[in-house]
Amino acid sequence: MAENFTFELVSPEKLLLSGDAEMVTIPGVEGDMGVLAKHAAVMTSLRPGLVGVKMGDGSESAFFVRGGFADITPTSVTVLAEFAMPKEDVTKEAWEEQKRIAQEEYELHHAAGDEEKKLAAHSYLDQLNRLEPSILPA
Amino acid sequence: MASLKDLRNRIASVKATQKITKAMQMVAAAKLRRAQTAAEAARPYSQRMDNVMANIAAAIGDDTSNAPKLLAGTGSDQTHLLIVATAERGLCGGFNSSIARLGREKARELLAGGKTVKILCIGKKGADVLRSEFDDIMLPVVDLREVKHVGYNNAADIAHQVLGMFDADDFDVATLFYSEFQSVISQIPTAQQIIPPSIPHVESDADSASTFYEYEPDENEILADLLPNNVTVQIFRALLENAASEQGARMSAMDNATRNAGEMIDKLTQTFNRQRQAQITTELIEIIAGAEAL
Repeated sequence: MAENFTFELVSPEKLLLSGDAEMVTIPGVEGDMGVLAKHAAVMTSLRPGLVGVKMGDGSESAFFVRGGFADITPTSVTVLAEFAMPKEDVTKEAWEEQKRIAQEEYELHHAAGDEEKKLAAHSYLDQLNRLEPSILPA
Repeated sequence: MASLKDLRNRIASVKATQKITKAMQMVAAAKLRRAQTAAEAARPYSQRMDNVMANIAAAIGDDTSNAPKLLAGTGSDQTHLLIVATAERGLCGGFNSSIARLGREKARELLAGGKTVKILCIGKKGADVLRSEFDDIMLPVVDLREVKHVGYNNAADIAHQVLGMFDADDFDVATLFYSEFQSVISQIPTAQQIIPPSIPHVESDADSASTFYEYEPDENEILADLLPNNVTVQIFRALLENAASEQGARMSAMDNATRNAGEMIDKLTQTFNRQRQAQITTELIEIIAGAEAL
């Protein structure tokens, strides 16, 4: 039987999930990673995407997260997301809202001529578009 | 002496006031429960955030030379920004005035020490108190009157403004004033320095492992992300604590007011009865005296 570790997913508003997990997939800025118990200690920032969790009791869940960090130690994983919601709660309206915010940000930086931030906002928008098929129910 | 009719009117008016304070108390109690849950739900995040901050700060160590300014400070403490967070509404006991007093004392102390002070008020009540003395150094008030439930977005907006000022070298040190919620009867006005942050020393089991952390992308880039985020989180936490404190303070203030009104009604009723009795006695004496005269 696989070993478990403590997993916590927190957003500023609340603690979304806390418990023993068997495996977690995290959308890190430098690529997705699957984390099992006894993972080396890593701190990574997140890109928008899905955090997948397989709990110790075999149940699985997925969350849409935006911004934030993951703090990984051999015995625990803590995801501090700036925004997080369960994947099944993401409605079309909520998704459009996210895209609209991203679009506004992009235009803001575009107007201000801030190249670096503009690029960041653009890649974020790109990210959302790419995620769309896997998040929104067909 | 007030006539019977006057007394009756006064009793009616105090009763009406009591009804209002009673209703306000009950509304505050309901809102308090929600605000308290929100404040408690937000605690894990800021705790974890403190952990992460402590870890990274430990990893960077004492070598603050290339650490970002948001962590290490600008190296000067000439200009202070005081962020005073109060409520938008009154009738909540000493809640607003105690926060404002704390802010005012700090501002006076800094000004006396020859520092430059800027004051950013969140909520109009604190601003009203401070304006009389510090009108020339006050920044435009952040208005949250339209906001029913404080969200992370509100905090992010304020943090954005504060960070913008920091980037423009408008201040060196930022201190946040708010009221920490302890219980319904006890809210503690608190001053907390948020820029540069006071790094909490967290004893965690990962302490020994923290030196072996790998960072993706790297420490500095994570820090560049984390520090502004931390400012937002601290402001968000302060707003939530404030919301809970405000309702708690209002609840106990209104409870007192209701009780006082009750006492007043009792007293007025007693006077009313005594006077009515006196009037009846006088009337009787008159009748008897009239009968005897016949």
